[in-house]
Amino acid sequence: MGGKIFAVVVIVIALASAVPIISHTFLGASVTPPEDISTHGFEIDKQLDETMVEAGLAFLAAQLVLGFFVWQFGGRKDAPLKNFPGGAKYLILAALLLVGAEAIALGAVGSKAWAKVYFQPASAGALPIQVQAGQFAFYFRYAGPDGKFGTIHPDKIDEGNSNFFGLDPENDVAARDDIQSGEFVIPVNKEIHLMMHAKDVGHSFYVRELRLQQDFVPGLDLSLHFTATKVGKYEIVCTQLCGLGHYNMRAYLNVMTQDDFNSWLKAQSN
Amino acid sequence: MATTLPPPGIAPPVDPERDLRPHDGGGGFRGVVPGGELRSVAEPSGEPTRTGIWVGLAAIAMAFAALTSALYVREGASTDWQPIALPPILWFNTLALIASSAALERARHRVAAFMRGQEQSRSAATLWLNASMILGLIFVVGQYLAWLKLRSEGLYLPTNPNSSFFYVFTGVHVVHVLGGLGGLTRVMVKFRSSTRPLRRSTIDATSYYWHFMGLLWLYLLFILWLKL
Amino acid sequence: MSEASTPIVHHGPPSSFIRKHVFSLDHKVIGKQYYALALVAVVTGMVLSWIMRIHLVWPTAPIPGLGWLSKAGAPGGVVTPEYYLSLMTMHGTLMVFFVLTNAPFAAFGNYFLPIQIGAEDMAFPRFNMMSFWTTFIAFCILIAAFFVPDGPPLAGWTAYAPLSAVGKDAGPGEGLGQTLWALSIFVFCIASLLGSLNFIATTLDLRTKGMTLARMPIVSWAWFITSCIALLAFAVLLPACLLLVLDRVAGTSFFIPSGLNVSDHLQPHQGGSPLLWQHLFWFFGHPEVYIAILPAIGIVSHILINSMRKPMLSHKTIIYCMMGIGFLSYMVWGHHMFLSGMNPFSALVFSFPTLIITIPATIMTLIWLGSLYGSNLRINAASLFCLGFISMFVSGGVSGFFLAQPSIDIYLHATYFVVGHFHMVMGVAAIFGIFAGTYFWFPKMTGRMMNETLGRWHFWLTFIGTYCIFMPFHYLGLAGNVRRYSAFTDDYLVPLLPVHRFITYAALFTGAAQLIFIFNLLYSHAKGAIAPANPWEATSLEWSTPSSPPPFDNFGGKHPVVYHDPYQYGVKSSTGDYLMQTSPERAGETP
Repeated sequence: MGGKIFAVVVIVIALASAVPIISHTFLGASVTPPEDISTHGFEIDKQLDETMVEAGLAFLAAQLVLGFFVWQFGGRKDAPLKNFPGGAKYLILAALLLVGAEAIALGAVGSKAWAKVYFQPASAGALPIQVQAGQFAFYFRYAGPDGKFGTIHPDKIDEGNSNFFGLDPENDVAARDDIQSGEFVIPVNKEIHLMMHAKDVGHSFYVRELRLQQDFVPGLDLSLHFTATKVGKYEIVCTQLCGLGHYNMRAYLNVMTQDDFNSWLKAQSN
Repeated sequence: MATTLPPPGIAPPVDPERDLRPHDGGGGFRGVVPGGELRSVAEPSGEPTRTGIWVGLAAIAMAFAALTSALYVREGASTDWQPIALPPILWFNTLALIASSAALERARHRVAAFMRGQEQSRSAATLWLNASMILGLIFVVGQYLAWLKLRSEGLYLPTNPNSSFFYVFTGVHVVHVLGGLGGLTRVMVKFRSSTRPLRRSTIDATSYYWHFMGLLWLYLLFILWLKL
Repeated sequence: MSEASTPIVHHGPPSSFIRKHVFSLDHKVIGKQYYALALVAVVTGMVLSWIMRIHLVWPTAPIPGLGWLSKAGAPGGVVTPEYYLSLMTMHGTLMVFFVLTNAPFAAFGNYFLPIQIGAEDMAFPRFNMMSFWTTFIAFCILIAAFFVPDGPPLAGWTAYAPLSAVGKDAGPGEGLGQTLWALSIFVFCIASLLGSLNFIATTLDLRTKGMTLARMPIVSWAWFITSCIALLAFAVLLPACLLLVLDRVAGTSFFIPSGLNVSDHLQPHQGGSPLLWQHLFWFFGHPEVYIAILPAIGIVSHILINSMRKPMLSHKTIIYCMMGIGFLSYMVWGHHMFLSGMNPFSALVFSFPTLIITIPATIMTLIWLGSLYGSNLRINAASLFCLGFISMFVSGGVSGFFLAQPSIDIYLHATYFVVGHFHMVMGVAAIFGIFAGTYFWFPKMTGRMMNETLGRWHFWLTFIGTYCIFMPFHYLGLAGNVRRYSAFTDDYLVPLLPVHRFITYAALFTGAAQLIFIFNLLYSHAKGAIAPANPWEATSLEWSTPSSPPPFDNFGGKHPVVYHDPYQYGVKSSTGDYLMQTSPERAGETP
């Protein structure tokens, strides 16, 4: 009796688990990645979909077989024992071939998307923007008309006076026209080269719609490059535990048309 | 391949020779007669002790491997590597430790001879055990002197990464050496005792540990010389 | 005086209360002590998780009693953001170290490995006793972190540097509490190394006559393989914790680079590498999760064979798969660090073995499923938890397949998808292994049966409840719900709150269901039905001891002789459809 109940329960759970994946909603909330606004994200989404199908089928198959076998053989008493046809041999072979093939395929295909994000450097014409992550805010810096970033002096950081990056405009010419911003404003359809710097502890940069995530590592110069394809405001959140304000550490990515961006940049310089 | 189990009652015959054969490693309760009666003498070969020491040495080796990789990664991570001069007393300490191992080997043979009845008194074995112990203590004191030398040069634990690793490597090693000295003490106490006498496996295991400390030190000295 | 005639008594029966129940050399007592410690740790960890779940959904709700524990962390009982993270850190640390490494491995392994191989005790009983009490000391050091002024650490059980290394400047929770954490884990590593040493030496050297390695039960193999993994893994975490403590208190710079401005204080450190901590930690951390699951795999296989009244399709295959997983587990640590800033090429290098580990896991699953076919599967609390384990192992394993791919990990890293994955495999599947082992071995450990009805209720409520808790985590992850947040205030997170409410209700409900288990455990210990010598009609050596619980030397002065492997089920014998390993009878001969 218990066997039959188990079979029913496990099959119901398996099918019920699949429903939100297929319908993309659960209890009224949307539980799917948001719209992709990047140039590289479609490959990640494709990878995700393919994996979901393969993993989903494997999940359903295993749970259904488990349920079915427990229904059939659970609670059986004194019946003649039987071995699975072919014994272990074919099962081992199946696992080797199926999983091996999947692993190699996904690994090989997946490396393309990875390579696009990480192996190729930013192109020469990309717009360089710096971001500094610190407890508990992101600040962005634009090079200004001279195209050069001033040097960061950690000892000169003074948030009270809005010197977030510790710049020294008196002695550092390049720093004089640097533009600081709490918002990450970029033009649409233009490659951005985002240079990442951590002020204190580890943080991480995550924009769901951009399909982009990268840790800030104190002491390391890391960078990302990407191109946004749709105007709008999107959330940037910190995804590396950094202290009590971690849940509240966010900024906005504001993708503007090129004209709007130029106006914005000009307004910041004044 | 059959898809059903063979009908009950038909099974391959049990071969008494093959199936009652003791396991490959020997050891354990080899002296047990078939039928399973326990003799009052258990553990004639004391092999678990020897297996145990090898397993323990594997763990210690792994820990130092982790520290070595930490050293390499730390060196590559930044540009603040500042080579330090190794205190010359380290070479003397090395000799002391190697001599200590040699003395322990002599002691082991003497102990075995005594146990076999080839020697009448414990004094020769005790002499070599004492020598090994003293040389080990000289090593420990010598390491401390090496630390003092570094401190006199202004090189403390946090001064630079090289000094940090020097203190960490030598410190962790010397802690294990002190443990080895404890083991040697135990061997000496048991050797003199008549109620809880020394087992071959105990002195063997202690010796392996002690020799390993020496080999480990040679390796560490090489790494320190190469990288620091 | 030759060595052969030197009388060696392993250790005589204990006389005093202290020797019998406190500082006992008996592996059975030590096993029970580990189990009791794990029980205390799991209840503590579970309560912490309830507080976390309540806070996430009702942030301003006061938790009764919490204000007394920490005036600063939970003024008036309302959890502050930093205290949430501290509770989370302690939850993870307690569960991973003091529950999942202790219960299936140290507790059951200590109790049953010597008996299953026919030995009187572990190879080094004094080391064994030291190993437990050292674990206990580690536990006390960790709990002490709750009571220091700065509160418990908040850097997570992963304690990434520099947050965990710079000290008080990093904020509340990063004072003495973090140092105590590092010391506690340091001590825990030593205890674990001693324990593993014991397991390995015992398995290799103390098997009784006729007990070849091939005749060891699968679960003994699992304990043996786990102890080999643990030996090398904890040996790496030990120096890592030492270096962390030095960075915190001695001013060294192993993990802290230069130029850090933390809370307006310029840190005096320079040149260290935060990635070094991650490499050292995860080199331990990944084998650690296999240390958590392999004993459960062994326990489940062991119990299933007995419940099915039929051998597995291939035991050797399962054992080789366990070895394969153990071996591969050392090659995949970088899959926790795909986005960490390490060389992106290494991400692909780590991804490959991570995907390959799926193969032995799949083989084992297919063998379990294939073995169920044609069996006479007995349904009871123990076997239900085994079946539940298979279901959970599949669910948790399948989500791992996503995370193993770096490109997908770009989106799913640090989201609730990861949290769902590891909770399903560790927080449920491994725990199911512990439950199954408890229901199965309780009669042998206490001489009484656990109540079967309560056991089944416990199973149904827990099985359904844990699916209700952890399956939705994956949906949240797909939506991009970031983990380790003490509150959900982002534009895109607020709409997900109904999902979180559902999860919280499920968590509280499932937590309450565990009371059934605890009641069953305690009540049956005192008043359960007296158990027959071999209630499950099982074959392995623990069921051949002269009493339940076994006498102090396990076999009452005799050493068993082993004639068979432990898979003689479905055979005709004088005892029924099985042959015990100690029975000289041949299969098929009936008197």
